[in-house]
Amino acid sequence: MIMKRTVITVVGKDKVGIIARVCTYLAENNINILDISQTIVQDFFNMMMIVDATNSLKQFDQIVEELEQIGLEIGVRIRAQHEDIFDKMHRI
Amino acid sequence: MINLHEVIETNKMIQQENLDVRTITLGISLMDCVDPDLTELNRKIYDKITRVAKDLVSTGDKIQREYGIPIVNKRISVTPIALVGAAACKSPEDYVTIAKTLDKAADTVGVNFIGGYSALVSKSMTTGDELLIKSIPQALSQTVRVCSSVNVGSTKTGIDMNAVKLLGEIILETAELTKDRDSIGCAKLVVFCNAPDDNPFMAGAFHGVTEGDAVINVGVSGPGVVKKALEGIRGEDFETLCETIKKTAFKITRVGQLVAQEASKLMNIPFGIVDLSLAPTPAIGDSVAEILEEIGLEYAGAPGTTAALALLNDQVKKGGVMASSYVGGLSGAFIPVSEDQGMINAVEAGALTLEKLEAMTCVCSVGLDMIAIPGDTKATTISGIIADEMAIGMINQKTTAVRIIPVIGKTIGERVEFGGLLGHAPIMPVNRFSCDAFINRGGRIPAPIHSFKN
Repeated sequence: MIMKRTVITVVGKDKVGIIARVCTYLAENNINILDISQTIVQDFFNMMMIVDATNSLKQFDQIVEELEQIGLEIGVRIRAQHEDIFDKMHRI
Repeated sequence: MINLHEVIETNKMIQQENLDVRTITLGISLMDCVDPDLTELNRKIYDKITRVAKDLVSTGDKIQREYGIPIVNKRISVTPIALVGAAACKSPEDYVTIAKTLDKAADTVGVNFIGGYSALVSKSMTTGDELLIKSIPQALSQTVRVCSSVNVGSTKTGIDMNAVKLLGEIILETAELTKDRDSIGCAKLVVFCNAPDDNPFMAGAFHGVTEGDAVINVGVSGPGVVKKALEGIRGEDFETLCETIKKTAFKITRVGQLVAQEASKLMNIPFGIVDLSLAPTPAIGDSVAEILEEIGLEYAGAPGTTAALALLNDQVKKGGVMASSYVGGLSGAFIPVSEDQGMINAVEAGALTLEKLEAMTCVCSVGLDMIAIPGDTKATTISGIIADEMAIGMINQKTTAVRIIPVIGKTIGERVEFGGLLGHAPIMPVNRFSCDAFINRGGRIPAPIHSFKN
């Protein structure tokens, strides 16, 4: 399925293996990571990935749900959103 | 490329500051449903609405999931029913059958409100208009989702005072018929001057006769986001204040524009307008009154309120206009009382009166909105309140509206609870002096002069 670039955000208490877990999921689903940035503010882990899921066989809805589920398992909040919403808001 | 800071900012607006798309409203023309046979008319209306709007709710849900932005309401507006039903309806009861059809169609497609049980009578009423207006109390008491509005005046035509008189009585009758539910019927009835054809917000939405066959209009909201932004610049001068509101309004409106275009593409229905209104809800932190407080007032209603609101309204428009190619509807700041916790607090503290609210409507986007008054208020007094508000709109070339609820069986000091987005409200006192002779004159107020502006 053809889709736009997606922003994945992970917010939560820092611990070992958060990035590994998310990246494993992305690799398994043929989702390509274009950019990663992260910062830790007062023990809180903030990460953003820009990914290209064009070659993934899964529907976008399913990816959103599965990432959310992984977040619940490891105690962080994971969201996947189309990049447009950020682009529209912050760029003229 | 988007950076982490910007992503965090957007998601904070959504998760902590109540940024949402308040409504995707699908406007549907019913002109092609007109039929002299009432049964046939009802069938055509039901078929058209359920056909055109069948994907509305699922589309809204899909956009919500993909962008992670809540889309609170999916709604429908239709051509003013007074026009659509004029050929078939011979009595108010005939019109009520259409209200029930609209209610059923809304239920089938899963929307919570359907607007357009309306009449446009800014100069005077046709037989059909009058029958529809007389059917409003029954229609609103026998349906759940139907919203009604009547445009009784405009800058170009003046004010139809016969309709104003009639609507005072109709509002009371609607209150009486829904008195077991705190007269909630009146919360779904708006009286307008200069009503816009493309307003996506209920209860005043209808699909104007100048519109196309179907159109997607979107209303965005985010008082909490503006409030939060202003918290960061306490004590700064007006230039900084205005700049901050403008920038925030821009960001909010961009989201509306994105959602509108996406919905339009997915449903293959043209995009109409984005309505960039700050629309409060009873939720904490989603209040226009709190913005006014943040600007520097102890309560909404304190001296300075009208100026603060004027500034807020204007900056919202300035920021929003840049963000969307097509801005329309009401666009500005809404000041409903029952739907805004800060307004409720202001009334309860004694800071905000009906008269101050009237002054505020001169500079904001709508009018006297969701105000509960004693149930024993006279019909002529309600008509007088409407006439005042319509005059403000007519002279100032702006939309004004009255959505006032005389709560049967309750009086000053008591409260009403409408529930949900409609909120709760203290009953406000109304000026007790009579305007009977004024309202009973009959006829219309002429259009104002369009020169010598002072």
